[in-house]
Amino acid sequence: MSKYLGTPLSEKDFETVAKEAAKPSAKYRYTTGIALGRFLDELRRGRIIGTVCSHCRRVYVPPRIYCSHCFRELSEWIYVRDEGTIQTAVLTYISTTRERMEKPLVVGVIKLDLPEGYGDYAVDETFYPGVMHYICGATEEDVKSRRIFGKRVKAKWRSEKTGSIRDIECFEVIP
Amino acid sequence: MKMNTELKQRVAVVGAGLTLFRRRMLDTPKELAWIAAKQALDDAGLTLKDVDAVVIGSAPDAFDGVHLKGEYLSVVAEEKMSSAAKPHPQYVFRYIWDPIVEKPLDPNLIWIFAMEMHRYMNKYNIKKEDIALVSVKNKRNAVDHPSAQLPDPNITVEKVLNSETLVWPVQQLDISPVSDGAAALVLTSEKVARRVTDNPVWIDGVGFTLDTTHWTNRELAFPAYVRRAGEMAYKMAGINNPRREIDVAEVYDPFDYKELHHMEGLGLAGRGEAPRLTKEGVTQRDGDLPINPSGGLLGVGNPIAAAGLMKVAEIYYQLSGKAGKRQVKKPVYTGLAQAWGDLMQAGTVIVMRST
Repeated sequence: MSKYLGTPLSEKDFETVAKEAAKPSAKYRYTTGIALGRFLDELRRGRIIGTVCSHCRRVYVPPRIYCSHCFRELSEWIYVRDEGTIQTAVLTYISTTRERMEKPLVVGVIKLDLPEGYGDYAVDETFYPGVMHYICGATEEDVKSRRIFGKRVKAKWRSEKTGSIRDIECFEVIP
Repeated sequence: MKMNTELKQRVAVVGAGLTLFRRRMLDTPKELAWIAAKQALDDAGLTLKDVDAVVIGSAPDAFDGVHLKGEYLSVVAEEKMSSAAKPHPQYVFRYIWDPIVEKPLDPNLIWIFAMEMHRYMNKYNIKKEDIALVSVKNKRNAVDHPSAQLPDPNITVEKVLNSETLVWPVQQLDISPVSDGAAALVLTSEKVARRVTDNPVWIDGVGFTLDTTHWTNRELAFPAYVRRAGEMAYKMAGINNPRREIDVAEVYDPFDYKELHHMEGLGLAGRGEAPRLTKEGVTQRDGDLPINPSGGLLGVGNPIAAAGLMKVAEIYYQLSGKAGKRQVKKPVYTGLAQAWGDLMQAGTVIVMRST
């Protein structure tokens, strides 16, 4: 390789050459779409809804209006239970802006249960109705020892609901 | 050697270039791209006039805050992440999360990696100290790389395990850094390659896949997107047994567990077996299957859009015998470079040969 590979800067040097600062004032407003619109509306009523593919019987939670595998339109809706199993869980010690948090939070992916009597759905470890959420009622040691994997959890609903994923405060470990 | 069966004409890499990879560089994105591209052309013994087409890559524009890209040559990739000033470049990643069902939970980027890593550890009962060996190997390999940002000849497993815990099980030294930097390659036809160099490195297989962004519905312990990209590239290159036929590989390692995860996706190790190969020294530079002899993203740095091309450049250096102190011990004829991106979804694989 040739000699000139660019000019690295120390943090101090950076301050002397950083000339322009920009703070974009762009604000974003997202629409829910069809499937997530219904999903949020049902959360407001304290229920978790998904869609089912009539062809392959996969259950989609969060719902989609199309089957990603069969590429068909989905029109069958299903209420899944607000209980499930922990597929993975971690401890976050930093905030969304990378500041140190006072106490770590447990977050994970929860595989949600189907209502009883629906045996023909295509649900297994490689594809399942699942959401990311906070997990409460678990200790740091539960996560670090990986005891938390496979634990049963139930949604802890807020009394004031607004139609948001945060209408569920967390998924609480069932003792 | 098996000939590439699907291309009418072979494509060769005849030159490569890299800037320094650093947390902060004075040079602008355009300057970085120019440095890497000029080096690649010099390496090839060619000039700009010889180049017919240019392909440029960079990751989210939000990083460098500049949306005007252009006037680059050949295959160039640059990234200037450090311009994303406050609160931290990783905040830009907030916008990769689903705005309706994920962003309201105030995630940071590391969550998703931690969840995947922990699932992988739990599925195959893998210890953190075995994963840390990847970081140790790569940061030590990087000592011999002139562009490297985080080389560390004295790094140990203990040092990795004692670094700041960010999102358990991910600690600071499990992660590649925020980097500025650029990489470039010069590609030519077979006819031109034979004329301009005695050591062309052929691109014999290319594969790429994009899985869905809906990541909370699937098994995270195995990267299906990488397996499919690998199968596509292997088919094109006529590779039937990657573990036996690939001599050296640069697999994507933005996090240490990702190297193991991706080795398994690529069929370079059985499922859950990559940590054992690492522990046994198989993936060291003098091992039977050297992985990331450059030092990888953990050691050389991770200017996101330029990182994959850095890996292709390393395989070119290795197969053309230009890797200097980094040259792997065994003779190498077939190499693989792999990149990854987005929400556990995108896989790109390139198979290269020196014969």
